[in-house]
Amino acid sequence: MTLEEKKELQKFALQIRIATIECIKSRGFGHVGGSLSIADTLAVLYKRIMNYDPKDPGLETRDKLVCSKGHAGPAVYGTLALCGFIPYEQLYTLNQPATKLPSHCDRTLPGIDCTTGSLGQGTSQAVGIALGDKLQGRDCRTFLITGDGELNEGQCWEAAMFAAGKKLNNLVWIADWNKRQLDGSLEEILPQFDLAEKFKAFGFDTVTVAGDDVEGLYEALSRRSEDKPIAVVLDSVKGRGVKAVEESAGNHSMNVAPEVFDEWLKELRDKLAEMG
Amino acid sequence: MKIVYTGEKDSRQYKSVIPQVIDKVMQADDKVVWLDADLMGCSGTKGSYGKSDRYINCGIAESNMAGIAAGLAASGLKPYAHSFGPFVSRRCFDQVFLSAGYANNPITMVGTDPGITAAFNGGTHMPFEDVALYRCIPGAIICDCTDVPMLESFLTQAKDLPGVKYIRVGRKDSRQVYEDGTQFTVGKGNVVRDGKDAVIVASGIMVHEALQAAKKLAEEGIDVAVIDPFTIKPLDEELIRTYAEKTGKVVSAENHNRIGGLTSAVEHALIGMPVKFGYVAVEDEFGEVGPQDYLRTRYDLTDEHIVNVIKGM
Ligand SMILES: Cc1ncc(C[n+]2csc(CCOP(=O)(O)OP(=O)(O)O)c2C)c(N)n1
Repeated sequence: MTLEEKKELQKFALQIRIATIECIKSRGFGHVGGSLSIADTLAVLYKRIMNYDPKDPGLETRDKLVCSKGHAGPAVYGTLALCGFIPYEQLYTLNQPATKLPSHCDRTLPGIDCTTGSLGQGTSQAVGIALGDKLQGRDCRTFLITGDGELNEGQCWEAAMFAAGKKLNNLVWIADWNKRQLDGSLEEILPQFDLAEKFKAFGFDTVTVAGDDVEGLYEALSRRSEDKPIAVVLDSVKGRGVKAVEESAGNHSMNVAPEVFDEWLKELRDKLAEMG
Repeated sequence: MKIVYTGEKDSRQYKSVIPQVIDKVMQADDKVVWLDADLMGCSGTKGSYGKSDRYINCGIAESNMAGIAAGLAASGLKPYAHSFGPFVSRRCFDQVFLSAGYANNPITMVGTDPGITAAFNGGTHMPFEDVALYRCIPGAIICDCTDVPMLESFLTQAKDLPGVKYIRVGRKDSRQVYEDGTQFTVGKGNVVRDGKDAVIVASGIMVHEALQAAKKLAEEGIDVAVIDPFTIKPLDEELIRTYAEKTGKVVSAENHNRIGGLTSAVEHALIGMPVKFGYVAVEDEFGEVGPQDYLRTRYDLTDEHIVNVIKGM
């Protein structure tokens, strides 16, 4: 990857973060931490990896995205707006009456391939989508994003066992290992030991990459296997990109004053400006 | 039983009351344990986690939690287990049904954010069917919580009641109806307001709507009774039938799908009676996101709707 290409991805990730915060700011509260931690992944996926057409979001041969940690909706919505699936202004309808942008992703919105929100359930659906694409002879991939707390759900591991057992090499499982869930750290709530080893043991071709390393992400997400699903463990930080959010203990769902959102936005916009 | 209803919001939020009551129950009974599924922040019990090994965080794994609760009961303990309403009902239904219900391991499940109170968490988090599910577990005891005293009374006695217990309760606001310290009895309904022209059987947040409706109707000379069943199962059918006979008109009001919940239960209680029956409940629909006030009108769970149903009878 050239320096220019890398910079372009980093800038796009910043734009996603800005769109995410603007989206949440419009309602005044929302899931900030878990949205920010996947911004770089979404940037790489939508800019360099995934095959899609915003004008034809239902195209059968498109690559699919299942954000099983549905509460990261604002980050996905922000990405979809920047990629032309939805008008940017629609971001400001988050959680408003009759909106298509609820806290958790809903497939009535163009570009959302799976309705999520009940943690764990996106995993089996993503596996079903990947299997369905294979059975129908489509050459496309499904990218599944789960939280790490979400992996507490047994359903995730049933889905993992199936995906590997049925050799679904068109599935890429991105586990956002930001080390935190809702009530606190994984260590405090339910330690997970070695996540990458778990995926390996389940039969995945597994890599670990820093959550904000766009170059590493590009390599990991480009990976192909003959007969295994891919697992990408994101060594990430909850709230990545906004210092105050990263440092806040309670950054899962945040309810702050408009001025505070503005400070966060300034920090992100300054970084973007610095990049030229 | 004394009614202290003013229609004002209670200054105590449910999530500040839950940990106080559970602490008290634990002090009185060393068999009591509290399980949560990464939502201690929402049940208000986070501060107790780590201080006592009887507060157990199971992580985001509700079916596992329900099974563990059943196992703890089998070992002689008295477990309470909490998550949001859909996750302690739909998500773990078979574990609750078999490992706890069928196998006779008594547990108490606590589901927060019932129906439209799930508001900004949206349709995936908005249970309109939790009562229906629990109702078809043989012997289950179900409470749609009306106010803080009811929450206290239910939680305090649940540990020693047989079988599967389920309470659906908000996390935040409520309107006090009963005097502090009121003792509620399973299967015994409460006449919150007497009347002779019709009776509204209402539970949970709909008790407030029913009382507002009764007030509006009174201004027009229509005298309406309001009954709060406390437990939807077992339901105080006798009390409902007595008021049905007395008034000739019965309306149920619930923050739940009209199928399988209070409406179904009341309708069943009235079988064979020559009375008129109406309901205010969620039609056969899924939930959606939005402010609770918006959802209240979106699903027609309003005092005005109750008034119209009664007038139309
Ligand atoms: C089945 C289910 N149980 C509980 C919740 C409530 N909930 C929403 S997000 C969350 C924590 C998620 O943690 P994690 O998966 O690590 O996400 P992240 O930290 O990346 O935001 C919980 C418990 C839910 N949405 N679904």
